[in-house]
Amino acid sequence: MADKEAALKNLEKIKADALAVLEDIANQESLEAWRVSHLGRSSPVMGVFSSMGTLDKDLRPLMGKAANEVRQALETAFEEKRQLMEAQALKKALETEQLDVTLPGRPIAHGRLHPLTQVLRRITRIFGDMGFQVYPSPEVETDDYNFTYLNMPPYHPARDMWDTFYTKTEGVLLRTHTSPGQIRVMRDRAPEPIRAILPGATMRYEQLSARSEIEFAQVEVLVIGENVTFAELKGTLEDFARRLFGEDARTRLRPSHFPFTEPSAEMDVGCFVCGGEGCPVCKETGWLEILGCGMVHPVVLEYGGYDPEKFSGFAAGMGIDRSTLMRYRIDDIRHFRNNDIRFLRQF
Amino acid sequence: MKLPITWLKDYVDIDDLDLEALAKVMTMVGLEVEEIRLVGLPMPSGEKHEFKYTGFSWPKDKFIVAQVDEVMPHPNADRLVLCRLHDGEEEIIVLTGAPNLYEYKGKGALEKPLKVAYAREGSTLYDGHQPGRKLTTLKRMKIRGVESFSMICSEKELGISDAHEGVIILDEDAPTGMPLVDYMGDAVFDVDTLPNMVRDASVLGMAREIAAATGKELKHPNDVFEMTGPSIEGKAAIEIKDPELNPRFVLGLIDGIQIQPSPYWVRRRLNLAGMRPINCIVDATNYVMLELGEPLHAFDYDILLERAGSGTPTIITLTAKDGEKLTTLDGVEHALDSEMELVTDTAGPLSLAGIMGGEESEVNSNTKSVLLEGASWNFINIRKTVSKLKINSEAAYRFSRGVHPALAELGVRLCLKRMHEWGGGRVAKGLIDNYPAPPEDPVVELSATWVNNNLGTAISPQEIAEILGSLEFECKVEGDIITAKTPPHRLEIHTGIIGRADLLEEISRIYGFDKIPSQRLNQPLPPQQVNPYLGMEENLKDLLVNLGLQELIAYRMTSPEREARRFPPDFEVPDQQYVEIQNPITVERRAMRRSILSSMLEILEYNSSLSQRLALFEIGPVFHPVEGQQLPEERMMLSIGMTGLREMPSWQGGEPENLDFYDLKGVVEGMMQGLHIAGVRYQASEHPSFHPGKTAKILIGDWEIGVMGEVHPLVKANYEMEEAPVYAAEIELKPLLEAGSILFDVEAVPTYPFVLEDLAVVVNESVTAAEVEAVMHKGGGDYLAKVQLFDIYRGKQLGEGNKSLAFSLTYNAPDHTLTDKEVSKRRNKIIHLLDEELGAKLRS
Repeated sequence: MADKEAALKNLEKIKADALAVLEDIANQESLEAWRVSHLGRSSPVMGVFSSMGTLDKDLRPLMGKAANEVRQALETAFEEKRQLMEAQALKKALETEQLDVTLPGRPIAHGRLHPLTQVLRRITRIFGDMGFQVYPSPEVETDDYNFTYLNMPPYHPARDMWDTFYTKTEGVLLRTHTSPGQIRVMRDRAPEPIRAILPGATMRYEQLSARSEIEFAQVEVLVIGENVTFAELKGTLEDFARRLFGEDARTRLRPSHFPFTEPSAEMDVGCFVCGGEGCPVCKETGWLEILGCGMVHPVVLEYGGYDPEKFSGFAAGMGIDRSTLMRYRIDDIRHFRNNDIRFLRQF
Repeated sequence: MKLPITWLKDYVDIDDLDLEALAKVMTMVGLEVEEIRLVGLPMPSGEKHEFKYTGFSWPKDKFIVAQVDEVMPHPNADRLVLCRLHDGEEEIIVLTGAPNLYEYKGKGALEKPLKVAYAREGSTLYDGHQPGRKLTTLKRMKIRGVESFSMICSEKELGISDAHEGVIILDEDAPTGMPLVDYMGDAVFDVDTLPNMVRDASVLGMAREIAAATGKELKHPNDVFEMTGPSIEGKAAIEIKDPELNPRFVLGLIDGIQIQPSPYWVRRRLNLAGMRPINCIVDATNYVMLELGEPLHAFDYDILLERAGSGTPTIITLTAKDGEKLTTLDGVEHALDSEMELVTDTAGPLSLAGIMGGEESEVNSNTKSVLLEGASWNFINIRKTVSKLKINSEAAYRFSRGVHPALAELGVRLCLKRMHEWGGGRVAKGLIDNYPAPPEDPVVELSATWVNNNLGTAISPQEIAEILGSLEFECKVEGDIITAKTPPHRLEIHTGIIGRADLLEEISRIYGFDKIPSQRLNQPLPPQQVNPYLGMEENLKDLLVNLGLQELIAYRMTSPEREARRFPPDFEVPDQQYVEIQNPITVERRAMRRSILSSMLEILEYNSSLSQRLALFEIGPVFHPVEGQQLPEERMMLSIGMTGLREMPSWQGGEPENLDFYDLKGVVEGMMQGLHIAGVRYQASEHPSFHPGKTAKILIGDWEIGVMGEVHPLVKANYEMEEAPVYAAEIELKPLLEAGSILFDVEAVPTYPFVLEDLAVVVNESVTAAEVEAVMHKGGGDYLAKVQLFDIYRGKQLGEGNKSLAFSLTYNAPDHTLTDKEVSKRRNKIIHLLDEELGAKLRS
């Protein structure tokens, strides 16, 4: 019996000693060392198991049970201690790990679409939603397409409205507007109805300055069908202006003159710089001219291959550079084609 | 055109409209008012104005019509005078230095007081002694011992003209004491006249539009007067050689006219309209031109008599002889050709028809008799002459756009009347009128239904007739049909369908665009065309942006010399045809570009010092003339340019490396993958713009579509660039987009585990990685899903001229887990083939 008493007492001591050591452990390595020395193969409690053979048969179950209880208790204590230490470590980490969040991020080398491409895409999308399709057309054009077929025979006074670059080839020039594309799309599609937009570069003889460019982007809009009305021109372009400039954009149509449309108009939009109050951008008028438009002239319809007695249509043309310039209050129109990286990166 | 408002009021009553409202009415009928210059009239009330205002107003208590009763010498200064002036309320002594008052100095009380524009103390007006127009306020001061606090004004000080040589002497009937603004306060509208509205380049023309838009009555100028002289019959003759070029020629005659200044109100109106007053004869022709739109020309009749010798002065209109010379009254000698129309007499040319008079026969200070020309000319002919001679005038502006012949006769009558009123003399009875080619004023028939179908409106036939009637069309309405006869003052109305379109413009303009409803497109949607090219181009731009590149848009205009910079200096530039510009703004931009690479190199140069890293692309056309074809080929090209650091430097340190060939290649490969182009090959190649050892041509199958590489150091040296090497690619767009596909197969994501193996082989330097890869695929068959190069090593133990390439091979089967046996079979085959075909050994 004394053996039994002594053995149980020994187990109690093993447990008490181990727990006492565990209590003071403060780091991961000591914890692992504790696990090895108090729960490992050569630990005292495991020694109890391996010396079980020397015990009386009668004592073995009792001692086995008691040793198991001690081992389980130590394991539980270890697990508790481990979790506690992890929680403490995390707490400490969360308390001490602090970034200077104001430091700049790692720079990522990025690219952007050219601002004119971005604006053109917005315009294309708006008209695309209304069923308009893009039609490409050449930048170097014949005099006929640029002028004659657009109801401007040679020496027509309206030719003065465009300062033209001529090439050294007779009858060939740099297109002064995207309108010659009207004839090209008409000749391609007649007699089908048309809803097309024609974007592209145009060239005019100007002295280069902050306000005037020799090359610039335009978009032409063309609708041909039976019974196309001025009211539809108005509705379509007003919808367009609202979608481009915002739901509250005010617009007005003002009579104008283009040889290839009749009636002709210019559309003004309430100045988006000053909100219509008057500023240098809108020359104190509160209005900015954004496009020229009108009902397609019978002569143009005929040149395009449509019978003007049966078909009608409307057309509009707008400069992309100038409206982009105004929109972003850019001080110099030449930025668009100088391609200064410090300018382009801002879009 | 500059339109003085008080003049406008002669023809239409606009008293109920303030300046703002009037300008709005005009702008909305197509007479865009660009600026309003106040010359006395007050700024319209209301906070918001839609027009730009300049100039200043004359407050009624400050600016007064006054009379000078006596001009006295200044006690201490010869060049100053003291005026005893009455402003209707009191007598004041006003000091002035105006030279045009010297002649009255010391004459005692004037028999006829001089009427002047008087500004009281505290008035704000333009400073006459400063250049330009600067406002100043009159303050009390002493000048040479005499107190001065108010002023007798010059035109410059009031903003009427820039004249400051003397003070304004008003017409005698100016009422002393009347506020100056009530007597002659004005505003000048700067109106942008549209090219098809030359009929409105006149005060009457604009009045007509305003009357039509507001429903007011148009008051025509009164041309009735008594011709008191002997008949013009036999005093002159007209011979028109070509009626097509000169449809009408009208002559009137006035003799005994006194060359003198016109009345002040006439001079003031001309000044405000932007024309310099000369004398009563010239002023009358200019006045009627501005009033009516008909340019007129005054000949000195006595000079014509002299030129005619004993005969009757005979005006002959005909085209010039080639090489004939004429000096116009601006002193310029012109060499003429056989297309240019002249007004001549039996002694030779007198004037350039419809453009400018000749020096010899012009009115001068001795003129006593005037033969007055009112004519009509073919506008296209005038236009050609104007553009050939690079000459311009108010007359040419109008005649080159078309003036109706009916105005010739009215113009001559009105002008004779005004000459007589302003210069005296006797107007000969009758006119000589040669009118061989009267135009047919078109009659246009249109239905209200057609009008409304085109406008989207519901305007009644009667209302349409009223609108056209207000523009002086003679209209008849029968049921739905309106028949409109064009009034004899406009030439731009046609017949038939074009005439109907012309009238549609007139109807919509006067009806008001703002009253036309807005409607959504109510048309059947046209057949939708497939345009894969545009979609692909957009896709390509997005891809390149995603790959970190910035888009550019470069100038199309360049020069062959600029483009030659893309070759090394000693390179013999091939003689290439350019689309050349006849009238370039500078020799630097005299041709359309042939090379998109040149544009890219120029933009890299521009930005070289501005950023440590540049990665750019442009998509755009180059222009290649084609033999036997009128228009050039516009070939769409893609350029890529990269230089500088691979990564932008950061605070986290580490020395970023420069971009190299493989950065460019990564972009090109990424682009090809994004476009789903299969079979792309890169072959070492040579190109004059690129480094001979660092250049690849890009092929799709056997189709060479472009080149990429390091820009040749000698080419780079042609540009001012930073040190880092420059990489560029130039790729033709069409094959790229044609090879790309919107529809492509997506490979199944493997469901069975893959086997990963590394294989390092030693090969001769001449063997390319691509060759090794190709052999690996050949040996690995379908189960070899991927081959990726991960290391290149060169070392002594490999032997001279050898390199080791290490690849990572991924094996995978779509339908089962690969066994070791299956994999080793393929590995062995690969090793065998590598040895057999490339002499490659496994690296141990």
